[in-house]
Amino acid sequence: MSLDGSAGVTINGERRRVASNTSLAELIAEIGLDPLRVAVERNLAIVPRSTFNTLMVEDGDDYEIVHFVGGG
Amino acid sequence: MANDNWTVAGRSFTSRLIVGTGKYKSFEENAAAVAASGAEIVTVAVRRVNISDPGQPLLMDHIDPRKVTYLPNTAGCFTAEDAIRTLRLAREAGGWDLVKLEVLGEARTLYPNMRETLRATEILAGEGFLPMVYCVDDPIAAKQLEEAGAVAIMPLGAPIGSGLGLQNRVTIRLIIEGASVPVLVDAGVGTASDAAVAMELGCDGVLMNTAIAEAKDPIMMATAMKAAVEAGRLAYRAGRMAKRMYADPSSPLAGLI
Repeated sequence: MSLDGSAGVTINGERRRVASNTSLAELIAEIGLDPLRVAVERNLAIVPRSTFNTLMVEDGDDYEIVHFVGGG
Repeated sequence: MANDNWTVAGRSFTSRLIVGTGKYKSFEENAAAVAASGAEIVTVAVRRVNISDPGQPLLMDHIDPRKVTYLPNTAGCFTAEDAIRTLRLAREAGGWDLVKLEVLGEARTLYPNMRETLRATEILAGEGFLPMVYCVDDPIAAKQLEEAGAVAIMPLGAPIGSGLGLQNRVTIRLIIEGASVPVLVDAGVGTASDAAVAMELGCDGVLMNTAIAEAKDPIMMATAMKAAVEAGRLAYRAGRMAKRMYADPSSPLAGLI
């Protein structure tokens, strides 16, 4: 946690700072993603989409946000 | 001729051709090729979103998962853990439990690591997944996968992306004879006749990506593959003639002048 209360998180390997009291849903919106088209892993555990609104982002969190791309 | 659907894990499909969605020049070309192939199932990969540029066009904007069944794959995974993690995310992203499992052994050949594949199949089946499993063309390994919970056996015809065609018809046929779940040749098809060979052997279907995507005209090749899979299937059902060592005239010998 920094002096301004923001949280330092890692998203897909990139470091980001997020305002305090940010929900996962707000974080996804801030990045510009459609929550219905992604899946999220937080600290190696799947986050059910139904909890995006209630899960609060915490300092040190490590997120993987994935979607479907072309593949064989 | 009427109903010749095939069923995997209780889901019924008319088309016996499954196509990949990788390596296309554009989403438009990809979507047109899928439409031309008549495929009702497409394989898709699970990858990180680009958080620096989230506005990029998406596969889902061009191939509608409500119209075509998405079959999430584990391409690029070299351990059971990586594959399972990928499919857990896929299930959360789309709600699908029908998935394609592949656990690779090495980058050069993309041959499956069967020990990890078998382990992942067991764990996934235990978690309620319905894994269609890419595997070696080994009839014993195929039986073991089925026992572990594979809902379809998908032996390679040749290395992924090689286009070399079916290298061992005997092992593919033995797998088909021994299996009580669908068998699909996955990987190795290069051109239409390869797909027809797989279907003539009695495969339930064929899965391909590169053969269509890397054709000079992918949409025309998709059309060719659709016809080849249908022709091969019909030939298998019709029952081919026996092979003879020597000639047998088609015109009657009686009444020759």
